[in-house]
Amino acid sequence: MTKTVTDVICPFCGTLCDDLEVVVSDDGKQLLEVYNACVIGTEKFLHSQAKDRVTRPRLRQADGTWKEISYDEAADYTAQMLAKAKKPLMYGWSSTNCEAQSVGNEIAEISRACCDNTAAVCHGTTLIAVQDIGLPTCTLGEVKNRADRVIFWGCNPAHAHPRHMSRYSIFPRGFFTGKGQMSRKLIVIDPRVTDTAKMADVHLQIEQGKDYELLNALRVALKGEWLPDVVAGIPKEKIREAADMMKSGRFGIIFFGMGVTQSIGKNHNIDEAIAVTKDLNEYTKFSIMPMRGHYNVTGSGEVFAWQFGFPYSVDLTRGFARYNPGDTSSIDLLNRGEVDAMFTIGSDPGAHFPISAVKHIANVPSVCIDPHLTPTSGVSKLHVPVAFNGVETGGNCYRMDNVPIDCRKVVEPPAGMLTDEQFLVMVRDRLKKLKGAA
Amino acid sequence: MAKEITVNLISGRTIQQGVAIEGGKEKPLYRTACGIIEMDNEDLKKLGAWKSTNVRVTSDHGSVIVKAIEATQGPHPGVAFIPMGPWANSVVDPNTYSTGMPTFKGTPVKIEVAINEPILLGIELVQKQCGVKVG
Repeated sequence: MTKTVTDVICPFCGTLCDDLEVVVSDDGKQLLEVYNACVIGTEKFLHSQAKDRVTRPRLRQADGTWKEISYDEAADYTAQMLAKAKKPLMYGWSSTNCEAQSVGNEIAEISRACCDNTAAVCHGTTLIAVQDIGLPTCTLGEVKNRADRVIFWGCNPAHAHPRHMSRYSIFPRGFFTGKGQMSRKLIVIDPRVTDTAKMADVHLQIEQGKDYELLNALRVALKGEWLPDVVAGIPKEKIREAADMMKSGRFGIIFFGMGVTQSIGKNHNIDEAIAVTKDLNEYTKFSIMPMRGHYNVTGSGEVFAWQFGFPYSVDLTRGFARYNPGDTSSIDLLNRGEVDAMFTIGSDPGAHFPISAVKHIANVPSVCIDPHLTPTSGVSKLHVPVAFNGVETGGNCYRMDNVPIDCRKVVEPPAGMLTDEQFLVMVRDRLKKLKGAA
Repeated sequence: MAKEITVNLISGRTIQQGVAIEGGKEKPLYRTACGIIEMDNEDLKKLGAWKSTNVRVTSDHGSVIVKAIEATQGPHPGVAFIPMGPWANSVVDPNTYSTGMPTFKGTPVKIEVAINEPILLGIELVQKQCGVKVG
C-alpha cells in the first residue's frame, strides 16, 4: 500500500509551489511518485531516493581519496576550523530552512565570520537598489487576481521558474482576471528570443547590457517626451507602443531577473526599473518584484536582516555587523584572497562562482554541507551530506514575494542522516566550548 | 571561413540545466546540459563550424572547451549563451565593480574550433582548474 501526501511545498525555486502531491510507501521511507511539480521539482524529489547517494561525512585525505567519518568527527573538524580562522566565510544558506539559517548566524557571531547568501550571484544588486530607493511591490496573489499587464525583464520563467506563469502571472483566472491569459498583455525584454518571449504580445529584443538606457527611454516615453530613433537597438515606435500598453492597464507588474542584475550597470539598472514603476503609478497601479531563484534565498535575506540588520554580505569580523558590498561580499573577499576558511551550506559556489574565486576556496580549509555531490564538495576538504530540506525535513521558507511558507517533510532520510539544523547545532555547541562563549 | 570569431557571452538558466543540477552534478547529463555554447546560425557559419562541434571559448579570464550548438532561443547574432555552471564560469568576467556581483552577462569571448579536445565533466573541470588532487 502507498499513501499520498497532499499540499506539499516544492523546494526548488522561489515560486514555492504549494500544491504538489507526493506518493510515499506505507512506512514513509520511500518516495515513489510526484504529481503537479515541474520537471525540475520532480527531479529534486526523486533524486533524494538515488541509490548512489552519499550518506556519511567524508574527509579528504592527503592522497586525494575520501575517508568516511562520523557526524561527531565532522562537527569537531568544522568547529575547530571556524575557531582557528581569522576571517572565515560562511556562504550559501539559500537551500536550507530559516531555522538552520538562524543557528548558522549564531555560529557566525561566535566565530566572527563573514556571512553571505546566494544573493551574491543573484539578486544582491537588487537589494542594493531597494536600499537606494525602495520597492513598490505586492504578493503573487495580487498578481494572479489583478494584474492585466505583465512585464518580464531579463528573466525567462519558462525555464527558470517553470510554473510561475501557470500559477500566478499569465494563465490563471483570478478575481479580476477571469479570462486568464486573455485578460493580460505580456511584454518581454530580453536579448534572446526566449521561450517566454515567444509568448509575448510585445518582445523588445534589447541589445545586451543596454537595460539602463531602455528603462530610461521608457520613462521618457511615458511622459511623451522626445526620443532618439533607436535606443538599445529598439526603434522608438516600439518603445512608445510598450509604454502605452503599460499605461493603459489597471494593474501592472514588472518581474525582473538576472538579465538586469548581472549585466553592466547592475544595481543602477534596478534603480531605474523601480523608477519606471514609480512613474507608472502616476497613471495606473504598478508593482515590481525580483524573480528570486533558490527556494529560500528570500528567507536567508530575511533571517540575516532581522538578526544582523543587513540582507547579505555581512561582515562580523570586528564583533559587530558591517555591510559593504564590494568589500564584504563573497566574490570580492575570495578574489582578494582574504578568506582563511570556507564554510558552504545549501548552495554550490564551486559551480556558480567565477573560477578565480573557486580557486581560492580550494586553497583554504573548507567544509561543504550539501546532500548532493557538487563542484564545491569536489574542491572541499570535508563533505557533510545532510537530509534534503523540504523533502526529508520541513522548516520555514520565504517565497519570492516575502510570504513565509512552512515546508513539509514527506519521507524519512536514510537511517542515521542528520538535517542541516541538527548538524549546525552540534557545530555551535562545540564552537561555544572552544571559544569559551556562554 | 574564419578560424576564430568574437562574440558577446551571456549565461543563464535553462530547464535542462535545472533538471541536471537536481539529478546530480557528477553525472554526464550535467555536461550535456551545460557544457555547451548556444550560437546563432550566422555565427556558426562565420566560424565555419558544424553544429555539435567542440570549440574552445577564451576570454581575458580563462578558457574552456564546450560543444557549439545551434541557438535554441534565437536568433541572437553576435550573442552566445552558455547555461550557468562551471563551464560558463571558467570564462566569465569576475569583476564586481564594487557591487559584489560578477559580470556574468556580457563577457567578450573568442571562439575557435577544437574538434579533438574533450569536454570535461562538471566536477572534474573545476577540480582540474583548481589543482585538486583526486584519489
